[in-house]
Parts: sequence; C-alpha cells; structure tokens
Amino acid sequence: MSSETIKLTLKVWRQTESDPGRLEDYQVEINTHMSFLEMLDVLNEQLISEKKEPVSFSHDCREGICGACSLVINGRPHGPMQGTTTCQLHMRHFEDGETIYIEPFRAKAFPVIKDLVVDRSSFDRIIQAGGYVSVNTGGTPDGNAIQIEKDTAREAFDAAACIGCGACVASCPNASAMLFTSAKVSHLALLPQGQVERRARALKMVSRMDEEGFGACSNVGACEAECPKEISIANIARMNREYISGVFGSAKKV
Amino acid sequence: MSKLDNKVPEGPLSEKWTKYRSEMPLVAPNNKRNIEVIVVGTGLAGASAAATLGELGYQVKAFCFHDSPRRAHSIAAQGGINAAKNYQNDGDSVYRLFYDTIKGGDYRSREGNVHRLAEVSRDIIDQCVAQGVPFAREYGGNLANRSFGGVQVSRTFYARGQTGQQLLLGAYSALSRQISLGSVKMYNRHEMLDLVKVEGKARGIIARNLISGKLERFAAHSVVLATGGYGNVYYLSTNAMGSNVTAAWTAHRRGAYFANPCYCQIHPTCIPVSGDYQSKLTLMSESLRNDGRVWVPKSHVDVEAIRAGEIKPEELPEERRDYYLERIYPAFGNLVPRDVASRAAKYVCDENRGVGSTGLAVYLDFASAIERYGHSEAVSKNEPNASIEKVKEWGTAVVSAKYGNLFEMYEKITGENPYKTPMRIFPAVHYTMGGIWVDYNLETTVPGLFALGEANFSDHGANRLGASALMQGLADGYFVIPYTIGTFLANEIRTPKISPDLPEFFEIENDVRDRIKRLLNVQGSRSVESFHRELGVKIMWEYCGMSRNGEGLKIARDKVRKLRKEFWSNVYVPHTDSDGEEYNPELEKALRVADFFELAELMIIDALDRHESCGGHFREEYATEEGEAQRNDKDYTYVAAWEFNGLEDDPILHKEELVFENVELKTRSYK
Repeated sequence: MSSETIKLTLKVWRQTESDPGRLEDYQVEINTHMSFLEMLDVLNEQLISEKKEPVSFSHDCREGICGACSLVINGRPHGPMQGTTTCQLHMRHFEDGETIYIEPFRAKAFPVIKDLVVDRSSFDRIIQAGGYVSVNTGGTPDGNAIQIEKDTAREAFDAAACIGCGACVASCPNASAMLFTSAKVSHLALLPQGQVERRARALKMVSRMDEEGFGACSNVGACEAECPKEISIANIARMNREYISGVFGSAKKV
Repeated sequence: MSKLDNKVPEGPLSEKWTKYRSEMPLVAPNNKRNIEVIVVGTGLAGASAAATLGELGYQVKAFCFHDSPRRAHSIAAQGGINAAKNYQNDGDSVYRLFYDTIKGGDYRSREGNVHRLAEVSRDIIDQCVAQGVPFAREYGGNLANRSFGGVQVSRTFYARGQTGQQLLLGAYSALSRQISLGSVKMYNRHEMLDLVKVEGKARGIIARNLISGKLERFAAHSVVLATGGYGNVYYLSTNAMGSNVTAAWTAHRRGAYFANPCYCQIHPTCIPVSGDYQSKLTLMSESLRNDGRVWVPKSHVDVEAIRAGEIKPEELPEERRDYYLERIYPAFGNLVPRDVASRAAKYVCDENRGVGSTGLAVYLDFASAIERYGHSEAVSKNEPNASIEKVKEWGTAVVSAKYGNLFEMYEKITGENPYKTPMRIFPAVHYTMGGIWVDYNLETTVPGLFALGEANFSDHGANRLGASALMQGLADGYFVIPYTIGTFLANEIRTPKISPDLPEFFEIENDVRDRIKRLLNVQGSRSVESFHRELGVKIMWEYCGMSRNGEGLKIARDKVRKLRKEFWSNVYVPHTDSDGEEYNPELEKALRVADFFELAELMIIDALDRHESCGGHFREEYATEEGEAQRNDKDYTYVAAWEFNGLEDDPILHKEELVFENVELKTRSYK
C-alpha cells in the first residue's frame, strides 16, 4: 500500500506542576502509515533535537490492550475511529494540512501529572474496594466443577474486556466512572464465582467511586460510544440493579 | 570454574516436588507477620506472587513502574495457557506436557523444574476459574481447549485472543484484595534501579519515584524479581515500549548470574516493519497458521512486479507461487515450530524474494481456507452449484468467526483487507528464554534474591512453546515461590526488621544518583531513542538476531562497545532538574537503554561461546546440509551462567551441566 507524507498542525496541551497549562502549536511532517503515537514520537525527536522539552504522554503496549494510552483527539477520547485506542489509530485517517487538538483525559478524579499524562490510580482504588472474588491461592475446586453456560461466559467476558483506560470518564459530561465500575461489577455478578459477595461488592465499589470524586450517571451514553473496547452501557443498568438489591436486599448494614 | 548447585531434589522425577514440598522448612504464621518481602514487577508472576505471599501473612511491598499493576505486558498475551488437565481425553498427562516442553526447548532445560511446572499447571486453571477468569466454555458449560504448535494434544485454555489480559486481571484482582487488606503495600510508578545487599544477602532496593524523580530506599528480608524479559534490547519487538532489563541487570551487576542470554524467541507471524519511524511490532497469533498458507513468488520478476504494484499478489497464478514451508516441511507444513518458520522466512527474504516495500515480508494467505470453508458451507446448505462469489462470501464468514479480531487489528494497522489480499508478515523478537540463573527454589546466586517468570531462565530451554509463558509466570507466582521462599526465610525469623537507613543503602543510593547525574551531564547531541534504535536494529538484529555467525558476532561486540562509549559521551537527556528529581520519561528511557548496552554485549559473548545451533540460537556454522539447526550435545548440554566482572573484562562463565535421566536426547525433525 502506498504511503504519503502529510503536514499537520498540532495544538498540544502542555502543563507542569507550576504552570496551569495551555495549548501550544507544533508543525510536523509525517508518513500516513504511522500510528498516532509514532507521530508524537516524531514530534518529540524534533523537540529533543532543538533541545526543547518533549511532550509527555502515556503509552506502553501500543497494541490496544494495556490501557495506558489516552488522549482526547479533536475532542474525542482515543480519536475519531470507533472501537480503537489511540495507539491503534493510524495517520491515514487524517488529511494533509489538518489541525489536530490533543488534550489529556480531563476529570477531577484524574489530576494532570504533566502535559497529557494523568493520574488514574482512582481506578485501582475502586477495584480494591471489592472488584475481586475473595479466594486465597490453593484449595480451589477443579475447573470443570463450576460449569458456566457458554452465553453467560461470553457476556461476562464482554464486560471483563475493559482495559481501564478511562475514556468513559473523559467522554462523560459528569466525569462519571459508572461504565468502568459497572463493567467489573457485571463481570463478577454474571458468574457463579461472584455470587457470594455480589451485593456487598456493588455497594462498596459504588461508594468508593463516589468518594474518588467521579460524577453521577445521567444517561448521556457518550461512554459507550467512545469506549475503545465497546463495553455496553447495559452494564450500568445491571450495576444499578445490583446496587438497589444490595441496599434493600441485605440485612447487613454496609 | 565453580559448580552451580541447582538444588533439584533427589528421587524419581514425578515425586521430587511432592516430597520436597512436604519436607521443606516452614515459617510459622506468627513469624510471617514480622517478615517483609519486596516483589518487583506486577505481571503474571509478580502479581500472583505478591498476592499469594500477602495471603500467607508476609508483609509485602510490591513495585511497578506503570501507573497501575494492571498495565504489565503480560496483559498482551493472546493465545492461551497450557495445562495438563486432559479434559479432552486425548491422552494428555503431566508427563506429556513435561516431555513436550523439554523437546520444544531443544533439550536445554532442567528436567526437575519442567516436571514441576507440568504438575502445577493443573492447579493454575482451578485457581483462575475460582477468581472468575472468563475462560472459553463449551455448550455443556465445561472449559474449552484448543491446540498450539509443537504438540499433538489439545491442552490450551483461552479467553478469546485476550488470555493474558484475563489472567492478569485475575492476578491483579487477587493483588488488589491484599492491598485492601493491608498485607501488600503497592508502589506504582516506582522503578527499581538497584539492589542492596547487606552481609551478602539481598535486603532491599533503590527505586526511583517516577513522579517526583526522587530516589527512595526500601528494605525487606528478601527480594523477589518478576520483571519480565529483555526482548527490547532489539528496539523493535512485540514487547511493550517500557519493557526493560534494568531491574534484572542491576541484580546481575550485584552478583546474580545471568543464564543463556543468547536464547531469544523470534515469532514468525508479526506485522512487518513499514518504516524507520516504527516504534514496535505487533504479533498476529500463531493460531492463524492453522488456516493461513505462507508463500512468496517463485521468480524475481514477479517479486519486482508485485513490489512495483504492477501485479496484485492475489492475482498471481498458483504455479508462480512458492509455498515454501509446505515444500520443505511436508509433514508439518505451515505449522512447524516458531524457530523453524522464522528461519525459513529469513532464507527466502535473503534470496531477495521477500515482498512489500522493504522486501522483508512474506505472505500469509487465507484464500484457500476461504474457498475450502465456502465449499463445505455450500454442501451443508445443499447448494452444490453455488457461484464462486457466493462460496467466497460463505467462506469469509467462517474465517471471520474464527479470526475476526485479528483480521480487524491487521486492517487497523496496515490499512489492507486481509480477506481480499494476503497478509504480509515477518518474524519479530517476542520472548527471551534466557534470564537470571535460579536454582530449584527460584533463588539466584545472591542469597535471598529470587527471580520468577520471564525474568528467570529456568523452564523453556532454548525455545519456548506457545501458551507456556503464561503457565510459567503463574506457576512461579502462585504455586512455587510461596513454598520455596521459606527455604531462605525460615532461617531469618530471628532477623529483626531491616532498616533502609543502614549505610549499605545510602552507599547504593549514591551510586544510582551518580549514574543519573552522569547521564544528565553528558549534554550531547543525540537522542536516547536514536541510540536505542541503532543498538537494536543495526547491531543486535543484524548480527545477533535470527541467525548468527562467529565473525559477525565479533564485529557486533566491537560495534556495541563503540556505540556504548558514544552513548555516554554524546547522549542528550532533556531535563530541568540537574538531579533528575522531576517527572522525566526521557531519563527513564536513558537509564534503561544504558543497561541494554551492557546486556547486549553479554548476549553476544554468550552466542559466541555456544558453538552449536539450538532452538532460538542459530549459528550459521552449525547447520545440517539442509540448513537445519545442529546441536552439539557432547559439549554444550549446559546452562551458561555468567558472572559480572566489570565492563572492561570478560564475564566469567559458570556451567551447570544438564542431566537427562528421563528423556532421551534426539534431533528435532519436522520434515
């Protein structure tokens, strides 16, 4: 496939501890086969050669699974392509001469560390609140002793496919983490292994989510539209049911 | 030359682990509370180890350089995890998994360790199911299996093409639970930069807080490294951008022997390099070779015509294509093991028959599969006279159901539709079998320092089989280290809490600080990235990659040394704080690349020492007439464990002879 060189104007968010942040303009000339992050690599090499400070951005696996990459590209988390992380977005989807706005995932619960890098450790704390099955290592029954219907396993997998990137939060006008939290609640609520702690789990995870400063859900649906793993908003409905049955269905005060 | 004691217990192979486990010294619960363990790395091996040690009652400090433990590169493993469950009733057993692993590793691994791995493989599946890992299921609700290369049974458990993700999230959830219970203290965004020994024992680490850039001292009774492999020494690999050797390498500098560094796995089916800007390579799962046929054009005329875009590959007539794997290896065809398939691709590209703009690619073609499946659909739909378009449409649907997500990923990256035109693939560095030398307890040559998962060398010999990396990582973390660490800690119950304010800690901290300052003070004119690319692509891949020869390796060693000198005199690491006490990803990268330089030289030395071809290590001088790998069992049935001896002098070689009491050494043949 033929490749071509295009010129782009980038408006990149720069921010440090002492500087509240602003957009800065850069010009790059790049090959359309590059990924979006390779385009930023080119920019950084350019800046380093001019002895200027490179742009900080999060990334690691560059194959769409680790969830490290983020970026709001032209107003959309992970850019314009459906079901695609920033690292899998390629420059052939941009036009010569285009201006691209690149900003961090913005949310109160995701403070900016530097430039485009944000702190998403609030997600870890939501999982620590109850996103697990309380089993120790060893002494577990044989794998086939717990049988799971194929469709149930599939549905649980669909929820478990969340990569914890935070695009749902960044896309939500309320900066809500409902899609992220509900994906984990659903994954475990659907499986027999998750039944014992089912009610307590929903209550604990939701309350931690609130404490972390995420907003409430007002059914906008942007999270589902922007999720690079296309996690369904139906998980939020399920979490709400879990939460309500947790509040009213449990004799124990949580 | 010292004799390395591998501490494999005496007795029959199948009873070693059971007996040893029952007789091992234990640490009582009241003592565990007072014992601290540092675990570095939170991939499959590290997260499972930290969680399990926490459950047992130890006080664990866990470290990762990522923003969350869930980002470790185990998450990217696609295919699956092996276990000798014999759920398919197809003749699998612990012994068969053991045997396949030994043979697949080209008879360069330790029998005792591999048998233990096969034994505990079954417990791993049970553990993961109990955690809620959503493995693929059959209609009856039982766990599903599939086949992988190099074996004749179906023992691979999987969760779509995201098995690593689901297993890691399982281990991460167990770890998160221990964090919430206070038994594990998690340090995200902390990178281990050195190991601290007190009176010869591993007692702590120096880590850099990647947010503040400040160095921090951490002490414990014991240190466990689970820091992954070193494939990124090649710059381009299927590893994540951050994957590095630094933690393991600093341990090596402090006395841990490094074993078999030249054993690297080159995976045959990756998306090829498309230009100089390329930052990483993406794997296309081995499973594709079940249905894809590998070929290049027979004649150079057609190669040129395809490269020039005058002919489309899908239009080239059958008789002008060379399905070289089917031609050379009729018995296994396109499903030969990874090392064999990779080498064959290199040979045809060396003959200038490679395709794509760089000439470094071969085709993986699904057209036959689409037609074959289409015809069988036509039969089952009772439409034997359906048009070829209809047949292709049905066939495409079948292929899509099997490999849809991989085809989508290919299209996202290349912009080409693999249903219509063959995929272009090329081998890429994927996994490193070499690593820190460990004994049966997974303890290194530094007392109290343990190494798990890809970071150690132990189980895969010279070549790893597909779906065995996940198995080994979790075996080490869930079911081996929780027991074997007791062999060291049982003698430490009277040792009071180690203070990070001992002079040994300050001394090493100063060493690290000096190293950082030296790097920042170079103030040269070349970026870290440009050095890394030159080291990896121009030297290591060229001379110490898919095939090596003595002359080339000597040239490479010289080049590595020269480039390392240039690095330390001409690198430019941007910074605003002269001590590096700030968030600075370029400095992180510089520290890692500095260590890659030292490792690269050791890999070359090891490759030079091994006058034979085995698994991932192919020396051109040691090949059969047909160009196949030729082992030398008489002289090289040993593990090469290297002791660090400064950068100017050669490292010291220690040999661990491999003793095969249960398996007969044979030549692998796939013809």
